[in-house]
Amino acid sequence: MRFFEIILLFCLVVCAVSVGFMKDLLTSIVIFMSYSLIMCVIWVLLQSPDLAITEAAVGAGVTSILFFVTLKKIRAIRKEDGHEQTER
Amino acid sequence: MSRQRDDYEKSWWKRFKGWVDGEWDPLASGMEIRVPGSKPEERVTAAPKYLTEAGTPEEGSPAKGAAVGSESPKDPHPSLYDGRGIRYFRRFYQIMSVLLCLSIIFVLLWTVSYLPVFGNAGNPDNNEVSARYIERGLQETGAVNIVTGMILDYRAFDTFGESCVLFIASCCVLVLLRIDVEVKDGQSESGLKKRLAEANDRIYEPKNDIILQKCAGVLVPLILVFGIYIVLNGHLSPGGGFSGGAVLGSGLILYLNAFGFGKTERFFTEKVYRRVTLSALTFYCLAKSYSFFTGANHLESGIPLGTPGAILSSGLILPLNICVGLVVACTMYAFYTLFRKGGM
Repeated sequence: MRFFEIILLFCLVVCAVSVGFMKDLLTSIVIFMSYSLIMCVIWVLLQSPDLAITEAAVGAGVTSILFFVTLKKIRAIRKEDGHEQTER
Repeated sequence: MSRQRDDYEKSWWKRFKGWVDGEWDPLASGMEIRVPGSKPEERVTAAPKYLTEAGTPEEGSPAKGAAVGSESPKDPHPSLYDGRGIRYFRRFYQIMSVLLCLSIIFVLLWTVSYLPVFGNAGNPDNNEVSARYIERGLQETGAVNIVTGMILDYRAFDTFGESCVLFIASCCVLVLLRIDVEVKDGQSESGLKKRLAEANDRIYEPKNDIILQKCAGVLVPLILVFGIYIVLNGHLSPGGGFSGGAVLGSGLILYLNAFGFGKTERFFTEKVYRRVTLSALTFYCLAKSYSFFTGANHLESGIPLGTPGAILSSGLILPLNICVGLVVACTMYAFYTLFRKGGM
């Protein structure tokens, strides 16, 4: 179990650092999402399942969705739109 | 609804209903509201004034001139403007940002090294307050889950503040992202329509993505039932109003994404949001005020605690959990709709 915790903490640091270094905003949001998921597992290991549920719902779910919508609003996601237009 | 009173138009209930539904605002006459872009002539007159001010740099604000000097075209210092200054500024900016990040990391790590060891018996958080919570929490609150017993009974006013903070946050998002539907004078109707169409991406709704719809059809009932379970079982198992409400809100958002605004607007509109939020917050406030009043004056509150472990137990915690869950779920959903189309 100790080994598992160390792996999780290492992944947490890697995610946190790589969010800042990503050129693509979409990729960095997905990495941020995975950060929240790892954090959620760590909360369970620290015996606080209340926080784990909240982290999974708010951190990984709602926050990322709001970021996605914002990116779409400021037209930072262009590939998807072009793809849809070529389909129609 | 058999018969309306004759003076229904003037009654307090009518006014209250109008206030809740946003048709009537007692503060509207006292506020200064100026919609951006509603008075274009004012902006035109304001722009040259700014230019003349910038053209003659004042003696009183040299720091301000230096701060914006690298960007303003009419810069009093030509050495800053010829490109080299901007490069110096960029280099300086990069170095300073890296230094700032490193110093913040250093300060935080330094503080962490001074924190007491995790799980140590002599830590300052192991005082008589938490001892009492652990020892007598079950018989005083009736909640098996000590965390919920703490945040909704001993410290219920904090949780009330948190719900209000969420509500205020949604109000701020409303202020920032809302699109005014009413046509103000001085603004052409076609321009307003253009703005609405630009902000509204519901034209492509529903997208009828078959994979998303099938997945949502399976997942959304499960997510909603799970959220309701978390809310209702907050005093028995891990969870509670906030987490359950967030799960419910995410389920609603998934449903909205799969089936479009037309389906969700049948049961969730701005009126529903206003009424649910107002009644939940009011009930929370009144219930907790009553229990604090009786508790502080050593009166019998008359709220039965029930047998610990049963679903109908622990006094006020269950209804308070439902209130918090409703507020949080509505707020999450409202955030999403406000971000999507600037309204509800």
